[in-house]
Amino acid sequence: MPFSVLKISLLFLLLVTMTQMAICRIIHVGPGKAFKNIRPALLEAKDYDTVYVYHSFYKEGNIVINKKIVMIGVDQPVIDGDKKYEVVSIKSDDVVFKGFQVQNSGFASLNDPGGIKVYDANDVVIENNLLENNFFGIYIQYGKNCIIRNNRVKAYGIEEQQIGNGIHCWKSDSLQIIGNHIQGHRDGIYFEFVTHSIIWCNISKYNIRYGLHFMFSNDDAYINNYFEANGAGVAVMYTKNVIMYGNTFKNSKGDASYGILLKEISDAEIRGNRFINNTSALFLEGANRMLIHKNVFSGNGWGLKIQANCMDNVITENNFAGNTFDISTNGSLVLNTFNDNYWDKYEGYDLDKNGIGDLPFHPLSLYSVIIENNPIAMLLYRSFMVTLLERTEKLIPSITPENFRDDRPVLKPYDL
Amino acid sequence: MIELNNISKSFGNTHALKNVSMHLKAGKCFGLIGPNACGKTTIIKSILNMVVPSAGNILFDGKSIKGDVSYKNHIGYMPQIGRYPENMSIKQVIDMIRDIRAYQGIEDKELYDAFGIDQFGDKKMRTLSGGTTQKVSATLALLFNPPVLILDEPTAGLDPISSELLRYKIIKERENGKLILITSHLLSELDDLLTDIIFMQEAEVLFNKSVGTLFEETGEERISKAVSKLLKIKRA
Amino acid sequence: MKGITKFVIADILKNRIILFYALILGVFSWSIFSLEDNTSKGIMSLLNIILLTVPLVSIIFSNIYMYNSAEFIELLVSQPVKRSAIWTSLFIGLAVALNVSFLVGIGIPVLLFVPFMTGMTVIITGMMITTIFVSIAMLCSILMRDKARGIGLSIMLWLFLSLIYDGLVLFFMFQYADYPIEKPMAIFSALNPIDLARIQVLLQVDVAALMGYTGAIFKKMFGTMTGYLVSLILMLLWIVIPFLISIKLFNKKDL
Repeated sequence: MPFSVLKISLLFLLLVTMTQMAICRIIHVGPGKAFKNIRPALLEAKDYDTVYVYHSFYKEGNIVINKKIVMIGVDQPVIDGDKKYEVVSIKSDDVVFKGFQVQNSGFASLNDPGGIKVYDANDVVIENNLLENNFFGIYIQYGKNCIIRNNRVKAYGIEEQQIGNGIHCWKSDSLQIIGNHIQGHRDGIYFEFVTHSIIWCNISKYNIRYGLHFMFSNDDAYINNYFEANGAGVAVMYTKNVIMYGNTFKNSKGDASYGILLKEISDAEIRGNRFINNTSALFLEGANRMLIHKNVFSGNGWGLKIQANCMDNVITENNFAGNTFDISTNGSLVLNTFNDNYWDKYEGYDLDKNGIGDLPFHPLSLYSVIIENNPIAMLLYRSFMVTLLERTEKLIPSITPENFRDDRPVLKPYDL
Repeated sequence: MIELNNISKSFGNTHALKNVSMHLKAGKCFGLIGPNACGKTTIIKSILNMVVPSAGNILFDGKSIKGDVSYKNHIGYMPQIGRYPENMSIKQVIDMIRDIRAYQGIEDKELYDAFGIDQFGDKKMRTLSGGTTQKVSATLALLFNPPVLILDEPTAGLDPISSELLRYKIIKERENGKLILITSHLLSELDDLLTDIIFMQEAEVLFNKSVGTLFEETGEERISKAVSKLLKIKRA
Repeated sequence: MKGITKFVIADILKNRIILFYALILGVFSWSIFSLEDNTSKGIMSLLNIILLTVPLVSIIFSNIYMYNSAEFIELLVSQPVKRSAIWTSLFIGLAVALNVSFLVGIGIPVLLFVPFMTGMTVIITGMMITTIFVSIAMLCSILMRDKARGIGLSIMLWLFLSLIYDGLVLFFMFQYADYPIEKPMAIFSALNPIDLARIQVLLQVDVAALMGYTGAIFKKMFGTMTGYLVSLILMLLWIVIPFLISIKLFNKKDL
């Protein structure tokens, strides 16, 4: 009797659902609720429970989440670490932590206390939190498949040694760092031994050292992020297979300050980024087999500083406009290819009207070579003598390497 | 009124003045004469402090002229070749000098009217002929009724009528008790004007005599003849 | 003295070259600012004019004017006016007239297009440069009796300060590259008014390349309040010293 089979099945389903509801409870924490404080509620909670925390001020020392629970802050309750404790420690897989304001973690350099710290956990989601004045903002070690999304991480660091990183990830895999806003930490986002991860749509500003600091982290992508006015810009070091698409690097100003500092990098693709008003936009040291294309370099002191130990890099279809020096290098060896770029300093002509200049462009100016050897010569920047020297060098190249050139400079900037 | 004591001046190796002394008194008209380049103009320029003497001192009314400019308020100077800012009109030049001298008394417009300066007062200085420029110079020298007049070749370049007007005016001012110092190498023009003659040669004063004494010594009645006769006597 | 100064200013402002100078400066700066939407870049282009054209025009014009004023000076010396008053009047007249041209040609557009503080730095340094080169020109005119030689000397000095001096700076930089020469070099540059003006304007403009190592030295030496004051004093000395020497020589000059 097919009809009764259906009936029984439905009944069974209902039963199962009801049992399930009975197993995963909802716990309410807050003024006038079942629990006044978070810690007792967490003691009570079991795996797969949901804990709602209502708006209040919770100062309970270190809060440890070691069960697979969902914790949701209603109207952004404040959890305060009293400047002594790590505020929230997540030590279980499958935790969701969202909607809190986490503040005032302890400040110590020994055990790296964080606002929210994840220890050896998979599939943790940290979302829509506001982190204020913590030593480390969000700290993930040995995490996998974690999502850190839409958090605002803010600190008020003054010295590098006295503040931790905004989002710090160590020995992790398959992380998603999305849409966070980080400011005032040492490094905005820090990656060390993190693989197969994506950093997408974050804003990292006014951090003391790097907006993004990236070491020994292979096979990652960072896309559409915005880095501004970080002490030393963005650093990517000792890494392979990185993709950098559509990021903006702006206003990194200072002696050792770069839009991106690339050190010992290979097989990376840098595409569609915008480098605006940095002292040095892109600094390459020991970088090999990079594809740098469709980027905009505008208003920088140095567009591309490419050290002589870089080889097999292809720099193509970029716009260089309004930079003091488009390119500088510390040697005369040229093992990289520059082609099809737009250079606003190009003064050649295009008789055959194919959009490509008929004369090659030498992007390495004499003065940039002088400055590289003798930085104090910057004292003569914009003087009549330097202008004259540069003109002469353009007509009769003698010091700058002859083969350092773009054979097909385009006449109109790319629409990037 | 003006006293020069042992004035010397050299331009490089050439001596323009060697130990020149003279005493110029009010109510007299001195003629400073001598061959070209004998130092006449240098003396005048020294009095006006346009040339700074290498040695000696110059007194005006008993006071040294060093570091002082106010004494120039009492001097009307007519240069040998009047050099004026080319872009200024005659009236502007006169206005400017008037502004500088800040002369409070009544201006002596006799020459101004006689030369008809008003008619071409708007002309620019660069468009003027030598003669007209001289007229402007003469006018300026006399306009502020100064007690001392220093005239460097005053009649050179002037037409006979204007020349006569100027001579007449000089005599009149002498009668008014002014001190007048004139240089000229046209001795014939100086009759009736001078009361004294200072003859210079090779940067030194050869003689300084009143016209009366000169005529007495030589028995001549015209300055030019008297001077040449005296020179012959001296050489002999 | 007031009267003479007025005459001199009126006389120079009527001069066609001065009008033309103001006009050219105006055309340059208006076109720079209307073609360039980035004011920093505009100022950089303007800087070339301020550092090359302004000193050249100031020194040559003043020099020629001084030689052409020989008659005027002679006339005035025969009148009851102090020589120092004559000389000062000529100086003030030239400085005012050239600065007025500069203000009309460059000052107005700069004030309109450039943020106030930056604009004021550009204008003040430009005016300083103008006045400095008037002062130098007057010294040249008294040192050389002959007009051609005087103008030659002026051009030589201009060339020295705007080109050769920097060549020497660069030479020393390379010669002593192994030593800590930042400070001595910065001081050496600061002794040249054109370099000093250039550095002061550059400090006002947002140049990314200047944020580097040397830029920090720049900022430390010239960008502080003391730095500004010292720069200002150095420029004033460049005006006062040549002028005082020239006035001393003029007081002893035979006309």
